Amino acid sequence: MQITTKRTGTVLHAALSGELDHHSAAAVRQALDAAMEDGVRELVLDLSGVSFMDSSGIGVILGRYRILRARGGRMRLSAVSTYAARILKMAGILTLLGGEGSQKDGKRGKKDV
Amino acid sequence: MFENHMELRFRSISQNEALARSVAAAFAAQLNPTIEELTDIRTAVSEAVTNAIIHGYDNDPDKTVYMDCRIEGELVTIRVGDEGKGIEDVELARQPFYTTQPDMERSGMGFCVMEAFMDGEQVESAPGRGTTVTLQKWLKVEHHG
Repeated sequence: MQITTKRTGTVLHAALSGELDHHSAAAVRQALDAAMEDGVRELVLDLSGVSFMDSSGIGVILGRYRILRARGGRMRLSAVSTYAARILKMAGILTLLGGEGSQKDGKRGKKDV
Repeated sequence: MFENHMELRFRSISQNEALARSVAAAFAAQLNPTIEELTDIRTAVSEAVTNAIIHGYDNDPDKTVYMDCRIEGELVTIRVGDEGKGIEDVELARQPFYTTQPDMERSGMGFCVMEAFMDGEQVESAPGRGTTVTLQKWLKVEHHG
């Protein structure tokens, strides 16, 4: 799993690439938390490069969401594949982080959430 | 009726989660499933193997996880087993968001994912006697080559 981050003011853009499972989750968590130190208020998580995700991904996303909320910040997901959306929907994450474009069913491909 | 069978045993370490789901998917690929069906299988197997490693064996790397895959006609059956501590209350463990490890950011959604992505999902477990999860999927006949 590779993580590419770009900081613009208090906004952190982080693009994940590879397989997000229990094995990779710890490293992703550490990398995101380190990059979010020092005043990040908004995290935009780009999932376009995620080729596989199981429920470990739910834990990673909810964990970062809680950290940001505790400091009055927010989080957004972008380029969620239909398949990843299916897992995230089960946990209500798309409802939680949605609001900027809604997820539609029955179509493959990437979309902003 | 086409039949096939394979078994895999591997160390209880997280590196083997990807190995197990890839092997299960490669085995099921003999029935020429869709990409979506294969992804369902990979995801469900990943959940079952992760549970065996982190819950069954408490991340003890010296333990062994077992996977048994079977094809009977259009039905794929994958059994993932451990000889770990077992689950005291299976019904409770199946509840969405129930986790014994919230501090590890475990979502508690593993069983829900297995149930949603497979056509059949059964859990046999007893405290101290390990856990076996049986995952089943019918691969639609129109996809067969």
